[in-house]
Amino acid sequence: MTSIGTGYDLSASTYSPDGRIFQVEYANKAVENSGTAIGLRVKDGIILAVEKLVHSKLLIPEANRRIQTLDRHLGLATAGLLADGRQLADKARDESANFRDSFRSPAPVKYIADRLGSYVQVYTLYSSVRPFGISTIIGGVDQDGPSLFVIEPSGVFFGYHGAAVGKGRQLAKTELEKLKLSELSMRQAVFEAARIIYLVHDDSKEKTFELEMSWIGDETNGLHVPVPKDLLAEAEQRAKAELEDFE
Amino acid sequence: MDHIDMHRLKQGEVNLGTSIMAVQFDGGVVIGADSRTTTGSYIANRVTDKLTFLHDRIYCCRSGSAADTQAIADFGHYYLQMQAQTLGSAPAVLTAAAIMEKMCYQNKDQLSAGIIVAGWDKKTGPSVYNIPLGGGLFRQPWAIGGSGSTYVYGYCDATYQEGWGKDETVNFVKNTLTLAMSRDGSSGGCIRMCVITEDGVERKFIPGNELPKFWEGKEVLGEATQKALAAISAVSDVAPMAVEV
Amino acid sequence: MDHFPTNWGRPRNDAFDAYGTYPISQRPYNGPTTDAFSDGIQHTQQPIVTGTSVLAIKYKDGIMMAADNLASYGSLARFKDIQRLHPVGNNTVIGAGGDMSDFQYIQALLDQLMIEEFTEQDGHSLGPSEIHEYLSHVMYSRRSKMDPLWNSLIVGGFKDEKRFLSYVDLLGTTYSASTLATGYGSYIAQPLLRKAVEGNEDVLTEDEAVKILEQSMKVLFYRDARSLNKYQIAKITADGVSVSESRSVETHWSFAEGIRGYGAQTQ
Repeated sequence: MTSIGTGYDLSASTYSPDGRIFQVEYANKAVENSGTAIGLRVKDGIILAVEKLVHSKLLIPEANRRIQTLDRHLGLATAGLLADGRQLADKARDESANFRDSFRSPAPVKYIADRLGSYVQVYTLYSSVRPFGISTIIGGVDQDGPSLFVIEPSGVFFGYHGAAVGKGRQLAKTELEKLKLSELSMRQAVFEAARIIYLVHDDSKEKTFELEMSWIGDETNGLHVPVPKDLLAEAEQRAKAELEDFE
Repeated sequence: MDHIDMHRLKQGEVNLGTSIMAVQFDGGVVIGADSRTTTGSYIANRVTDKLTFLHDRIYCCRSGSAADTQAIADFGHYYLQMQAQTLGSAPAVLTAAAIMEKMCYQNKDQLSAGIIVAGWDKKTGPSVYNIPLGGGLFRQPWAIGGSGSTYVYGYCDATYQEGWGKDETVNFVKNTLTLAMSRDGSSGGCIRMCVITEDGVERKFIPGNELPKFWEGKEVLGEATQKALAAISAVSDVAPMAVEV
Repeated sequence: MDHFPTNWGRPRNDAFDAYGTYPISQRPYNGPTTDAFSDGIQHTQQPIVTGTSVLAIKYKDGIMMAADNLASYGSLARFKDIQRLHPVGNNTVIGAGGDMSDFQYIQALLDQLMIEEFTEQDGHSLGPSEIHEYLSHVMYSRRSKMDPLWNSLIVGGFKDEKRFLSYVDLLGTTYSASTLATGYGSYIAQPLLRKAVEGNEDVLTEDEAVKILEQSMKVLFYRDARSLNKYQIAKITADGVSVSESRSVETHWSFAEGIRGYGAQTQ
């Protein structure tokens, strides 16, 4: 960390001499420490999956969800600071509601990603605030079909066929690249997503984790809802079995 | 102040006592309007254009207060430009109609505006939306509006049929507006029309002296009737209109 | 000479009381019209595009409602394909009479309310009683701002094995009963509904309930000049919500053929 001690990393409103904003880079570190989150855009929908690290056995199962619903047709998964994810989701709900109010139709996914990107970017301009410590995968189905975006702490956002953020993102991305995403059905993608999350989870370093999954598409009538319990259980079972074969 | 519902207008305001119309057909919409603007019974403008551009493939027909509807259309035009830029694609007719309706609904106590929004978009193709006086959004295959429209509801109900092409639709609009203009003192002048399709907007204009002809009095009655009338008026001074022959 | 000093300096109408001799109380006022209200600002609107009655009854399996497809513009039957029975979620239908633009606003409000509830993803959903309570607050707060939402609404629903049927209007007034009717329906249909339903709520079958509503809609069509013989029926049961396609009732006029004149006339 060459930035430490130079003084250029104390504020988001200060560039380093080589044109970097260290506060934003530190925000990315907060994301890298988080359990992996992935998103798959397949032919008839979107699957979001999160490796939720459970830091205490005293926690109630399924508490502190990292996948949130923004609107009937929109969902979001975050990696990084949980509370930052909550705030961003609240903002996204506002944006989505305002769009409906103004135009009497559901907001396009890209529009919400754009608005959130702008919102996040503002937190990289001032010394009085801290940039968002999250990378956000936002997925949904609009009139142009399923789409998937990732918003980074800097405020940039890109559209993806498959996205991965957090600790295991590198391995997850290689796995995603092997899939023919545009040919998968939602059901197949659920199994793939579960497999990838189980694969990237590092048993030796990490405590236990919960697999959290949601989907939007033809299977769900265009609604963003958690993957049904039985299907989730089946996916987990298959993922574990495959992992044992792999090892 | 006699016949027009002036109490909803601000004093001395210019009124689009109007006949406007929009009809959807297979590949697009036809919109049309008369060209008369009045203050009371004085015709302030006899060649008005009440067909107002909102976006590339979306127009509106305005009725009510000229000032109010122009302001609403200007705002609508502005919002749609913003919408087109931020979303990077042409706005839907529903979007345009929703924006216009919102302004009409939220300011209903200060506005007198009855607007028809019509056009073509990629998602739904052609569509027509009616926004009546106090707001509210009603999609219709055909919509009529303005003071003249009340005289031609029956004609439209009896005449309109689904499945028309462009030419039949243009004729329907032309005939309906002519009939409305002939019965409504607040409507008149020329007919302006637009045909909006995927390919573009085509303007059509019917001068006031070239409107289709409809029944206007005894000159079109048959010869036998003319004779009977002449016989009656020879022996009494009963007005011909009051006679059942 | 006008002998009444209170009239001096004021406009005079020579056509009436040319000599200014009438007592003050009988004189026409010729100045600008002012009264106790002329300084006031009108806050409330008037309904413009309106729907007429909504009917609702309890029956064995749940709630059944009916409303016609007409939105009037004064006496003009302006829109003949308007749906006035609106499903909200999977357990509730609201039926609306009164201003249709305000009704559309209420629909948007409820849609957003349901989305907010959906996004919580906490396993709860809003049922008819919650929706009715919410609406009653909205309606009352708007009337208290002297800007009411000009509707009378019936909320019908079925949730947790319980039927729900309540009314709320532009004043925020609420009440419940096993039969409800708004507008003209409250005068004409309500007595018919009560006679058929009260005491039989738990035995009336679906077919019987439909018949009762059909009969009432027919009478309303005969006697309500703002009604249309084209209407929908909604039912809310344990199986969820369904709103029928538009339908009409058979009406009878043949008895009128022999009627002559209005009294002694026979031909």
